[in-house]
Amino acid sequence: MLADWPILSLTIWLPIIGGILVLASGDKAANATRWTALIIAVLTFLVSLPLYSGFDSTTAGMQFVERAPWIELFKIEYYLGVDGISMPLIILTTFISIFVIIAGWEVIQYKPSHYMAAFLIMEGVMVGVFSALDAMLFYVFWEAMLIPMFLIIGVWGGPNRVYATIKFFLYTFFGSVFMLVALIYMYFQADSFDILAFHDLKMGLDVQILIFIAFLMAFAVKVPMWPVHTWLPDAHVEAPTGGSVILAAIMLKIGGYGFLRFSLPITPDASNHLDWLIITMSLIAVVYIGFVALVQQDMKKLIAYSSIAHMGFVTLGFFIVFIIAQNSNTTGGAALGMEGGMVQMVSHGFISAAMFLCVGVLYDRIHSRNIADYGGVVHTMPIFAGFMVFFAMSNAGLPGTSGFVGEFMVILASFRADFWFAFLAATTLIIGAAYTLWMVKRVIFGAVANDKVAALQDINGREFLILGSLALAVLILGLWPAPLVEVMDASITNLLKHIAVTKIP
Amino acid sequence: MEKIYLLIVLAPLIGAIIAGFLGSKIGRAGAHWVTSGGVGLSALLSIYVLLQFINGSTGIYNDSLYIWMVSDGIRMEVGFLVDQLTAMMMVVVTFVSFCVHIYTIGYMAHDEENWPKGSLAGTNSYQRFFSYISLFTFSMLMLVMSNNFLQLFFGWEAVGLVSYLLIGFWSVRETAIFANLKAFLVNRVGDFGFILGIAAVAMYTNSLDYAEVFKLAPGLADTQISLIGGTEWSLMTVICICLFIGAMGKSAQVPLHVWLPDSMEGPTPISALIHAATMVTAGIFMVARMSPLYELSETALTFVLVIGATTALFTGLIGVVQNDIKRVVAYSTLSQLGYMMVALGVSAYAAGVFHLMTHAFFKALLFLAAGSVIIGMHHDQDIRNMGGIRKYMRITWITSLVGSLALIGLPGSSGFFSKDAIIEAVHHSSIAGSGYAYFAVVSGVFITALYSFRMYFLVFHGKGPRDEHAKAHLHESPKVVTIPLILLAIPSLFIGMFTVGDMVFGEWFKDAIFVLPEHDTLSAIGFHGTWAFFTHGIFGLPTLLAASGVAVAFVFYIKKPELAESWKKRFESVGIYQILDKKYGFDETYQALFAGGSRGIGKLLWNVGDKGLIDGLIINGSARSVDRFAGWVRNIQTGYLFHYAIAMILGLLVLLTWFVIA
Repeated sequence: MLADWPILSLTIWLPIIGGILVLASGDKAANATRWTALIIAVLTFLVSLPLYSGFDSTTAGMQFVERAPWIELFKIEYYLGVDGISMPLIILTTFISIFVIIAGWEVIQYKPSHYMAAFLIMEGVMVGVFSALDAMLFYVFWEAMLIPMFLIIGVWGGPNRVYATIKFFLYTFFGSVFMLVALIYMYFQADSFDILAFHDLKMGLDVQILIFIAFLMAFAVKVPMWPVHTWLPDAHVEAPTGGSVILAAIMLKIGGYGFLRFSLPITPDASNHLDWLIITMSLIAVVYIGFVALVQQDMKKLIAYSSIAHMGFVTLGFFIVFIIAQNSNTTGGAALGMEGGMVQMVSHGFISAAMFLCVGVLYDRIHSRNIADYGGVVHTMPIFAGFMVFFAMSNAGLPGTSGFVGEFMVILASFRADFWFAFLAATTLIIGAAYTLWMVKRVIFGAVANDKVAALQDINGREFLILGSLALAVLILGLWPAPLVEVMDASITNLLKHIAVTKIP
Repeated sequence: MEKIYLLIVLAPLIGAIIAGFLGSKIGRAGAHWVTSGGVGLSALLSIYVLLQFINGSTGIYNDSLYIWMVSDGIRMEVGFLVDQLTAMMMVVVTFVSFCVHIYTIGYMAHDEENWPKGSLAGTNSYQRFFSYISLFTFSMLMLVMSNNFLQLFFGWEAVGLVSYLLIGFWSVRETAIFANLKAFLVNRVGDFGFILGIAAVAMYTNSLDYAEVFKLAPGLADTQISLIGGTEWSLMTVICICLFIGAMGKSAQVPLHVWLPDSMEGPTPISALIHAATMVTAGIFMVARMSPLYELSETALTFVLVIGATTALFTGLIGVVQNDIKRVVAYSTLSQLGYMMVALGVSAYAAGVFHLMTHAFFKALLFLAAGSVIIGMHHDQDIRNMGGIRKYMRITWITSLVGSLALIGLPGSSGFFSKDAIIEAVHHSSIAGSGYAYFAVVSGVFITALYSFRMYFLVFHGKGPRDEHAKAHLHESPKVVTIPLILLAIPSLFIGMFTVGDMVFGEWFKDAIFVLPEHDTLSAIGFHGTWAFFTHGIFGLPTLLAASGVAVAFVFYIKKPELAESWKKRFESVGIYQILDKKYGFDETYQALFAGGSRGIGKLLWNVGDKGLIDGLIINGSARSVDRFAGWVRNIQTGYLFHYAIAMILGLLVLLTWFVIA
């Protein structure tokens, strides 16, 4: 049976070991290296699929569990498993990674083996983050993730990459140090690094608040939430296309995942106590960042800001649950918000990836990200224009695309918490459409702006494959989100039940 | 029947997909055959469905196709509700759409001329256009056939998307891509309200299904919610007004009407289909569909009434001073949409929907005829340059006349019955605001006749086109253009007299539309047969006003054009003309306030918030502080042993002191 295979380990180590092999093979036979990398990425995706097909969506418990002692002195274990929260994110990771490899195919000429290796290793590490059930293992993966990303931006990045990498590294490292302290504290309390044991740990409100804030520092930076978001636009602008895609599509989700796996279940009382803080930060992200996105001149910056605004929906959906529970004395409506946040994460993975890839397509041709350098692209790249308009519409939350589903669920849920939450969240309908479509207007439509645009060639088969696959994913998820919601339902419901019970001794 | 309904929806979608993705392979003829065929099939089947309803051999269908998702106990489904209201809408949508498809074959025949040389977007533009209008038909059908709020919203936004794509179809024109962005964003302002309304419905009924919501609604009629600082609001009022804000966007009601005149930048066939006959009436349809909710809130009804009346009168006035043939018709559309809203506001839903139907025919006709004139005039749209066209384009002329007469309510024409029903209903209403509404709709009749026949006389009568070159080339449009005109002219004249009895005053909508007995203005009118209604109407005030509007237009624009000039000067001297010419200044105000304002806010937040405070002060600031601290610390590390020794001794002293004291 499939269940007997260590699928999670395979999904983690296949790309990591493959990446090391690719790295070792060097750049002499660059094409062979690229194909090897692609085959590894596709294989990893195929290996990860049983996680979905073999998933039992009726239970909230951990599945595909692998458990072995690792560092026995500190009771650190090699402990992996997935539930309905982490499984979709793992599939998202393995899916997106394929396109990142393809996207770097011709574009990356400088040390392609290193580039491919960095992404493959990154993929394995990120799957590790999502599947680790031992806090130390999680932390190792969490920090390990920074290194390939640091290199990707630092080596293949734009002219201002040094500032961006240092800002990125310090920001995220600063956040995670506090998380480490919290994890070690809980280790002493629980006498184990088992995350599920942390879930059952009884703690007073003061302690919970400290731990909550420690986690918040780590996760808020990753999401990123306002006001610790300013590393993201810089990192995106300097990162190569593939780096931006991984950053937006997967790495940001790790912050959101952290809230669900750590903050909410470990410190439910503190979460309840401080939910106003997260809700405020989320709503500011939606409104404030939306306005900031409107005035960006750089396409990547604009999409980066748009990502922050969209991630605001994720955190909003996660933390309105307490107010909803208070309003109705049941969890009715709370699951809607939390599942909405999850759907938004997956959907944003597709859409932001596609948007960054679209900018990449243009950047590869003209080497500019400035909106002002474009205009009338539709006349020379009609197929590309079709994709870009489609993804822009998804980004603006058009029903029928995945971008709508999460926003819709969160808006519906936040209405149950407070009319004004819904009111502010729903402004994204206007602002989100404004910044996205205004960019489309200036880049895609109009008369051909200059000779460079006039000389553009439409997308090739490779680019068509990437954008087409993502478009299909966006469309399918938009037209039929039930399969995604089903797999996470049991876990979310269980999480809601868990956090409704106080942990104060 | 389920398979038939599915086919009605999917046929246009499949046509759109084939024409859109395989456009270059199947060629122009392939594209217009596959899309027109799909929509034609839908139209035939819709008529079949309607006939089934008329002879009573089918009942209301309400079932779901598939479950979109279930979250937290709310089943969100995709499914169809087909009742008499839906059946009527399906026929209107598919029939007008079919006419427009045929017409487009002629209208877009030389579309390559509208694109710059070498533009790849221009190579398949003909096929793409057909793909879009078929996709629109699919979206509109999804909207009207929906049995739940989710799918309603899907259709609602999908028609908005296609409208966006089609207004900006000639994307090389700056005015077109300005107009489509504006249209989409203004509609999004409406949708903002709409989604809040849906959220409120979902919260209190835990369902998005119409039947379920309508069943629970009466129980919520007395529910109060507090919004601002503890003020209590009736839940139904909040829901209905929020939903209506959506309708104000889609159906272009003041103050969200500003996008519709600009949408005339799109090709004329879509102005007829989307921006006159179908999409803009989605708001009217929605309110009628939600009648079980609206009936529970008189506040909301008054709101609908006042907005509708304001739109009906004041946008009509602008129509009088417009010189672009399409814009005159566009302002006329705005005004007529106002009439429909007024009907809804006085609970005469059936009259509103009835006017929606007659208007769809005669307004689509007027637009398509205008398009025919535009073809004849080689894309000159200024009515002051036209004149005497009746001699060159006979079919266009006669059909235009039919459309204009129906629009102003010539006794016996479709427009007469629908408009008189509305005016009578307002007259019999006692809801707050009905006095104002009555004034607006009655004086609107005069205005309508004035602008319609101003345009008609300027275009078709008087001396020939100003430009001799244009005159020499003026001839009737091809058959694909004129046949749809004739097809639409027939219902414009006749459909009213045959259906008014059943649809407005009869039992046709009794299962689809809910009216409280105390709101039932249509019954209060006392209908005694179509003939009696007709004879009563002939001598009514509206007919008199319409006739005088035509007379004034005749005198001003045919008999004594110098009179029009002198009146224009007179109005200019008091500033009224300028106000109308500026369209009350909505565009400029919005541009400065919202477009400029949000860019200003964005720049402020970015420069001061992100770059100034967060990055400048905190992030880079702390980096600088670390640097400064490090620089200071560096001074300590001198490398001289005695410095370190002194530091250690001093430190030891301090520590010892601290231990002793503590």
